[in-house]
Order: sequence, then structure tokens, then C-alpha cells
Amino acid sequence: MDCLLQYDMQFSENRELREEVNMNDSTPREHRRACLRITIGLLVVWFMVSFVAAILCRDWLDASFPQIGNAPFGFWMAQQGSIICFVLILITYAVLMRRLDEKHGYSE
Amino acid sequence: MDQNTLNFIFIGISFALYIGIAFRSRATSTKEYYVAGGEVSPIANGMATAADWMSAATFISMAGTLAIGGYDGSRFLMGWTGGFVLLTILMVPYLRKFGKATVPDFIGDRFYSKVARGVAVVCAIFICMTYIMGQMNGVGVVFSQLFGIPMTPGVLIGAGIVFLYAGLGGMKGITYTQVAQYCVMAFAYTIPAIFIAIAMTNNFIPQLGFIGDFTQDGNATPFLEKVNSLNVKLGFSNYTDGSLSTINMFCITAALMCGTAGLPHVIVRFFTVKNVKAVRISACWTLAFIAVIYLTAPAIGAFSRVNLIKKLHDQEYTTAPQWFKDFEETGQMAWFDKNDDGKIQYFGKGESEKGTANVFVTTAAAKKPQYPNEDKRGKYGERLLTNDIDMSNPNELWFGGDIMIMANPHMGEAPKWMIALLMAGCIAAALSTAAGLLLVLSTSISHDLMKNIVNPNLTDKEEMRYARIAAFVSLLIATYFGINPPSTFIAETVAFAFGLAASSFFPTLLMGIFWKKLSREGAIAGMACGIGFTLGYIIYFQFLGGKPDDYLLGISPAGIGTIGMLVNFTVAFVVNLFSPPPPQHVQDMVESIRIPTGSDEVTGTH
Repeated sequence: MDCLLQYDMQFSENRELREEVNMNDSTPREHRRACLRITIGLLVVWFMVSFVAAILCRDWLDASFPQIGNAPFGFWMAQQGSIICFVLILITYAVLMRRLDEKHGYSE
Repeated sequence: MDQNTLNFIFIGISFALYIGIAFRSRATSTKEYYVAGGEVSPIANGMATAADWMSAATFISMAGTLAIGGYDGSRFLMGWTGGFVLLTILMVPYLRKFGKATVPDFIGDRFYSKVARGVAVVCAIFICMTYIMGQMNGVGVVFSQLFGIPMTPGVLIGAGIVFLYAGLGGMKGITYTQVAQYCVMAFAYTIPAIFIAIAMTNNFIPQLGFIGDFTQDGNATPFLEKVNSLNVKLGFSNYTDGSLSTINMFCITAALMCGTAGLPHVIVRFFTVKNVKAVRISACWTLAFIAVIYLTAPAIGAFSRVNLIKKLHDQEYTTAPQWFKDFEETGQMAWFDKNDDGKIQYFGKGESEKGTANVFVTTAAAKKPQYPNEDKRGKYGERLLTNDIDMSNPNELWFGGDIMIMANPHMGEAPKWMIALLMAGCIAAALSTAAGLLLVLSTSISHDLMKNIVNPNLTDKEEMRYARIAAFVSLLIATYFGINPPSTFIAETVAFAFGLAASSFFPTLLMGIFWKKLSREGAIAGMACGIGFTLGYIIYFQFLGGKPDDYLLGISPAGIGTIGMLVNFTVAFVVNLFSPPPPQHVQDMVESIRIPTGSDEVTGTH
């Protein structure tokens, strides 16, 4: 708690950083935490679709998941599925971050 | 109209287009030169970055790698696209907010140290220089094959065109030219794939044909089963299984991903858009445009695998298709009749007792077919080799991994204009990457070295002049080495550039952004240990004769960057415990880059 207080004081001392007009002291911290949650969440998805689905668990997925067309599931994830998921991850990131920025008054 | 005339027309039109665009959008200030004035639209920037990213090597050899490796090739597919997720979520929005023109700028300011900036400049120059040599070499190869001219004028023509629009046009010229180049590449890659998909699977979407049925011989069998059975019959492993160990696959993929996120010439592309919000949108477009080509590659790889086996295996040499003989003339395919039956046989490791499938004995000096000085022919008219033939296995067919994409339209009997389009696409891929690299190189020299380290009093105009001189000089060097590749050392090191970036730039940038208490001592020590460990491992196993049995945990040199990255993190953490924290103004700066608004315009001067 102490260090958080200190951090807030630091922030209010530094006027330059308070670029937004109507911003209370907790906004940057909340924004940063929410941003971190989005980042970590999406990185977990990223790890699951590539490393877990296509490499670590692929034999199990090949055997026990339905085929995509005629391709075993794990193989398809490695060659096509993961790339499609990456694009979706980036779209989600752009949308979520835009909403978050607007909520905290950072939209330009 | 014959093939050569068509090639000339297609490539001529594309060159006229590039130069026209570059002339209309040439740069007049350092800001336009470095970051295109910071006003490029997200879609245009996405296309340009995609073109910049996909080099001649990606364009030409990825489908070949997939065709030969099957599942194993997925490491490149995932590595080179998944890296963009890391790049977008962890790096570029923050670096864009920081608002300087180059990556060494950030490292120098964040770690308040000229040493750190200097190290970053050297790394950036090293990475770009090794890359660009490969590109110039690629341009030369394509030209010399196309027009039958020697290598030297081929490389010189390519260099001249790159200098015209990269050196003069700067980032602005390059960006708009790359948009055109992306379009050429995308059509050149997908149209032949669609053509072959229709012929082979009766489905005009290659990705669906890939997971659909093989219908070319009348009855429908699942396409991937067809590839698997062809592979197994000839002694190769199942196409969908692959042969790399799980830990190797994991480490190589991770090294490629993190390396992608740490490459300076990719990061800098996102400094050309207006603000942080535009960076995120631009990254979506970039990956979407890259995915168009990367999702097609596995289909092309599998199609050409089937075509290659069906058209060449057990084929009489005298009645073999003409394209095979053409590739034989250029030394990209070779045949030696081991069992003296006049037929081409293609076998994998499973057909030999020793577990190898080499046509000839490979040595460090002869990895490719070697030919006698005078043209000598065997009894069927085939080109004779001077290599020692490896008689311990029955495989008679050798081909270079990068011919698949070139041979693909020939194998599928596509019309001539499609082949001409493909040639134009190859050249577009090489030129766009070379131009982007050249710009980062000239910026590193003029901005980071001359302006920020040697002489801070340079005016805008002088800096621009230095940038153009630097571009010219580095292009000369790259051209020279493109014509005379300097031993195998550099050529082989390029393949490891990703590992080096993953163990140096990526962790340092990541910690610099997210950990405001990291001191300069920690960062420099981490960077030095990470890259030192990785480079040492690569050199030991690749060039000093280390045996694969001694690999650390069985990880090959291509994947060791992942371990190097962990070394970097650990060393930085430990050293940081014993060094003073960064000064207050640096910590404030780290705070401020986490706030997405108020990004200054990126300027060359400051």
C-alpha cells in the first residue's frame, strides 16, 4: 500500500504527464491494470493456439478432436488454424483497447 | 509469344510502376525520409509492412520447406506470424508513444547510456547488413535465370532500382512502392495456387482443397491421405507427422516468434502511422495481409509435393517433362542414374539401410551439385556431376529446396503468363525487403551514429545528406557481397539472425517498457550475456564441428535463441539487484509511454 501511495504522489507531482483535462488520480493506474489484463489474457490465448494446440498437445488433439475437413485437428491448427487465430487476436486487441481508452478519456 | 518476352513485359511494367510511384512521393525532409511524415494510413502501412516482411527467401523457399518437411514446416508458418502478436501487444504501441525515429533511440534514452545506444546501433547494422546481402544475391539469381545474363549485371540492375527509390524517396517513397509490390506478390502467389487447386482437388480455394479431396485421378480420396500414402510408399515419413522432436519444434518456433518481435526493421514500420490507435489497426492489417500468403503456402507445398512425385518418380529421363531439364541446366535439380535403368527414382530415408537419402556425398565444400568445367553428358543426355555419388541408398533425384514455388506452375502446366507473373512477384519480394532494410541501415548510420553519437549539431539538411550517402555506401557494400558472397559463414548466420534478435533486442525492449526499475547495468549485462551465449552456441555447433549428440537438451542451434532469451532475463534480474535504480526522469518516461494518448509526431530532429 505504501508503495502505491508513493507512486500516486509521484504522479501528481509530475504535471507533464497529466495530459488529460478531466482525469482523476486513479485513472492512469486503472487504465494500466485493465490494459495489463487484456494483454495477459490475449497472450494466454496466443500460447494456447500455437504452442499448446499445435505443438505440445497435438498428438492428443489429432486423435480425440474432430477433423477439420480431412485434416487432423492438431495438424490443421499448426498449418492454418493458429494463423487465423493470430489475426483474430489482433482484431480483439484493437477493439478492446479502443474501448478501454475511450472509457478512460484517452481517445483522440 | 514466348516465355522470355512475357517475363520481360511483366517485369518491365512492374518496374515502371514502382519508379513512377517513388518519383511522385519522394521525400523532402528528414521526417518524410525516416517515417514518411508519420501520416501513412493504417491499411497502406499494413500492406507496405507485409511486403517489407516477406523477403525473397520467404516468398521463394517457404512452400518448398513445407513440401519437404510437411508438419515440420509449421514452425516457420507459426513463428513468422505469431511474432506479430507479441510485436503488437507488447512492443510497438509503447515504442510509438515514445515518439523517436529508431529503436537505438529508445534503448539509448531508456537506459540513459551511450554504450547501450552504441551496442544497439551495431546490432541493428549487423542484422540489416546480413539480410540485405541475401536479398541482393536473390535479385541477382532471379535476373540471371530469367534473362540468361551473368550474375553481376543482374545484381547491379537490382541495386540501381533499389537506390533510385529507397535512397531518394526515403520512407515515403518506399511505403507507397511497397503497397504496389504487395499487390504484385499476392497475385503472383495465389493465382497459380488457385489454378493448381482446381486441377487437383476441383476446389477453387486452395485452403479448402488442402483439407478436401484429391480428385485428379477420377475418384475422390482425402487429399492429405493421398500425400501421406505417396510419402510413405517412397520411404518418407508421414506428411502430417514430421520428424522434429517436440522440444526442438517448441524452441525453434519460440525463437522465430520472439526474434520477429525484436527485429528493428519491422518495429520501425509502425512509427510511420499517426498515433497509438492507428498502430493497433495497422498491425491487424499487416498480419491479415501476411496471412493471405502464409495460409496459401501450406496448400502450395502439399500440391507441389504430389505433383513432384507423380511427374518425376519412375519417369524415363528421355521422356521427362521439359521443365525438369530446364532446372537441370541451371543446377537446381540433378539426377544420377544409380541403378542404370534410365528412369528417375525418388526415395526417402526409409528405403535405405543407413537411413540417409543423399544422391551424392555432401561435404562442406559441395552441398550442391558440382559440374565439370566442360559440359559433359551421360548416355541419356543428363548433366553429369563431379560429386562423389552416395551408393548406399537408391535415391537418384536432387533438388534445391527453393525451386518448389518456381517449379509449381510448370508442374501444374499453368499458362505462360502465370509464370511471368510469378517472376515479377519474386523480384517484388526481393526489392521491397531490400529497400526497407536499406532505409533502416541508412537511418541507423545518419541518425543514431552521426547525429546522436558523433555530432549532435547536424542540421536537418546535413542529416538527410548523410542518410543518402549512407544508403549509397551500404548499397555498394551489399551489392559487392551480393555478387561475391563472403564464405559460407555469413550466409549461414543469416538463418540465425532471429535467434540473435530473440536473445538480445526482444527481452531488452520488453523489460525496458514494462519494468521501470530496470537499471542500465542490468539491461546491458543481460543483452551481452544473452547474445553471447546464443552466438557461442551457434558458432560451436555450426562452424567448429560440435556434434548434434552434445546439444543442450537436444535443442538445435536454430532454437537456442529461446534459451538465450531466458539467460538474458535472468542475468538482467540478478545484476539489477546489485545496481542503482534508474534516475527519476527515466522512470517517469517509462510511466508516460504506457498512456496511449499524446504521442508526439515522430520527428527526425529533436
